[in-house]
Parts: sequence; C-alpha cells; structure tokens
Amino acid sequence: MITGLTWLLGCQLVGEVLVRVTDAPVPGPVVGMVLLFVLLQVRRAGDDATVVRAADGLLRHLQLLFVPAGVGVVVYLATIRDHAVPIVVALLVAWLVGLAAVGWSTVLLERLAARRSAPR
Amino acid sequence: MSGSLQETWDWLVHSPLFFVLVTLVAYRLGRELQERTGGHALAQPVLVAVAVVGTAITLLDVDYDVYRSGTELIAFWLGPATVALAVPLHRQAHRLRGFVVPMLVAIVIGALVSVTTAVLLVQALGGDDVLVRTVAPRSTTTPVAIALSTTIGGLPPLSAVLAVVAGILGAVAGPAVLDLLRVRDRRARGLALGAVSHGIGTSRALVEDETEGAFAGLSMGLTALATSILLPVLLALLA
Repeated sequence: MITGLTWLLGCQLVGEVLVRVTDAPVPGPVVGMVLLFVLLQVRRAGDDATVVRAADGLLRHLQLLFVPAGVGVVVYLATIRDHAVPIVVALLVAWLVGLAAVGWSTVLLERLAARRSAPR
Repeated sequence: MSGSLQETWDWLVHSPLFFVLVTLVAYRLGRELQERTGGHALAQPVLVAVAVVGTAITLLDVDYDVYRSGTELIAFWLGPATVALAVPLHRQAHRLRGFVVPMLVAIVIGALVSVTTAVLLVQALGGDDVLVRTVAPRSTTTPVAIALSTTIGGLPPLSAVLAVVAGILGAVAGPAVLDLLRVRDRRARGLALGAVSHGIGTSRALVEDETEGAFAGLSMGLTALATSILLPVLLALLA
C-alpha cells in the first residue's frame, strides 16, 4: 500500500514541478496522471502491481475527498439564495448542454472516423 | 472543572482529529445509505456527507475555515487520486485506438459550449461580473476550479461548491440523462460525464462500467486542461 501511494505521490510531484518549470496552464496532478499512464503502459503493469492496488483503493472512495470543499456551501447559502436564479439556471442548463455536446459529438465523430478508415 | 471542560471543548472544535473523524463518519453513513437503498442514484455518499457535516458544523457554531483547514488531510488526497485515474485508463488503453482525435475534438467542443452557456446565462439572468467568473470554472474538478477562479477573479470557495454541486448532479442524474439523450456508447458516456461532472461523475461512472469510468477520468483531466487554456480567452470575449 505504502509503495503504491509513494508512486502516486511521486508522479504528482513530478507533474507539479514540470507545470511550474514550464509555466504550463495544466493542473499538476493531470500531468502526473499522464505520466503514470505511460509508466503503466511501458511496464505492462497487471492488477497485482502495488500502484494499481493503491489506486483502486483510493478511487473506491473518490467521493470522500470532495466533502471538505462541498461543506463550503454553508458559508455561501445566503449568496446562493440572493442569486438563486442565475446560479441554478446556469448550472443546470450548462451542465445539460455540456453533457449533450460531448456525448453527441463523440458519437458523431466516432462514426466519421470509422467511415474514413473503412476499406473502400 | 467547568473551566477544563470548556478548554477541552475549544480544543475539540479546533482539532483536525475531530473534523476528520466527523467527515469519515458522515461519509460512512452515506455509504451505508447507498448500500441499504440498493445503490439508489440519490444516495450519493458525498451528498449525504456534505449535508451531515454542514448541519453539524452549523449547530456546533464552527467556522467553515476552521473545518476546512482541519480536513486539509482529506482534501490533500485529491491530487494523488487524480493521478490514480491513470489505472482504469491503463486497463482500457486498447479502446483508445482510433479514438484519440474524436475524443480531443469532443472535449474542446464540450469545454467551449459549457463555459459559453454558463457565462451567457449568468449575464442574461442579471448576475454580476464576479458571479460570472465564479460560475465559469465549475465543470472542472474542485482543486482546478479553485485555482482558475482565483486567477480570473471569482470567489474560489464558491466555485468549489458549485463544482461539487455539478459533480453531484452528474452522479445522481448523469446516466439517466445520457439514456434520454440516447448516448449508448460506453466511451462517449464516460467522456460526457467526466466533462461536466469531473471526479464525482467519474466515481459514478466507475460503478456503472469500467470503460465508462476510465473515459470519465480521462475526460476530467482533459477538460481541466482545455478549460484552463480556453477560459481566459472566452472571458475576454464574453465578459
């Protein structure tokens, strides 16, 4: 478990450092994710690898990690109430439009790509 | 005697031990409810935990900032957990073949559409500039939403709250809405869910299907990236 977590932290650290050195507008953990992905692919890691087990353990409780930020709602209840219409409508509609945009465009682009690569 | 009781109480409501414990118990309660209801969509552990902890700190008259710094230990793991999303992706890597270009284009379209819709709606419904800048980064995962909101001049903690709400929306309603939209391809479903509901949507996607979860995680990362780049440009144009 500790070895696996060390790998995760190591990848994040390298990601954070790279982002700061290059001044890239990318979150460090996302660079760390790409880095770990490449490592796993190169080493053809199986399900028994320590880092894989640590990752699975952490991801099982992903929702827990969002609780501290979510509780911030108690501070902003009044703000949200005062601007309820713009906040609620923008949040709901933009969520729905975004979901449809990504879902539909993926399906459409996938079909286009499949047609182009199909033998003529 | 009452003096030392008061002291103990003061220690308690400032101690990370207490806040981390309360958060874990509330989350555990949420998991319990999820199991008891046979995985009902509304019984998302994060939703239950936020409601329980929010009520608890309000009743105990604890400042949110005190709670927040007390639970830094929990929020810290969001970074490593994001890195961990490489694992489901690694297992599904063969499904990336021939899919990279459609995926990248869809993510960029998603980020453009989602930020533009949110900005225009807040403006049209009478929200001020700060509110526009607070709502705009909400579809990225909370640490990114906080960072972006700080850069562009929003209210970072409120952006984080809205990000969590957008995430919960995805965990609760995402799969059902995707059914209604007739999006059936597992990869497309995952990308869509991760793009609008980041890590919380991903946690639901991981329960639904391994492929869906892997692509939701990837989508969350790519959306954070696309939004970080596009947001300042879009705000300069729209706000």
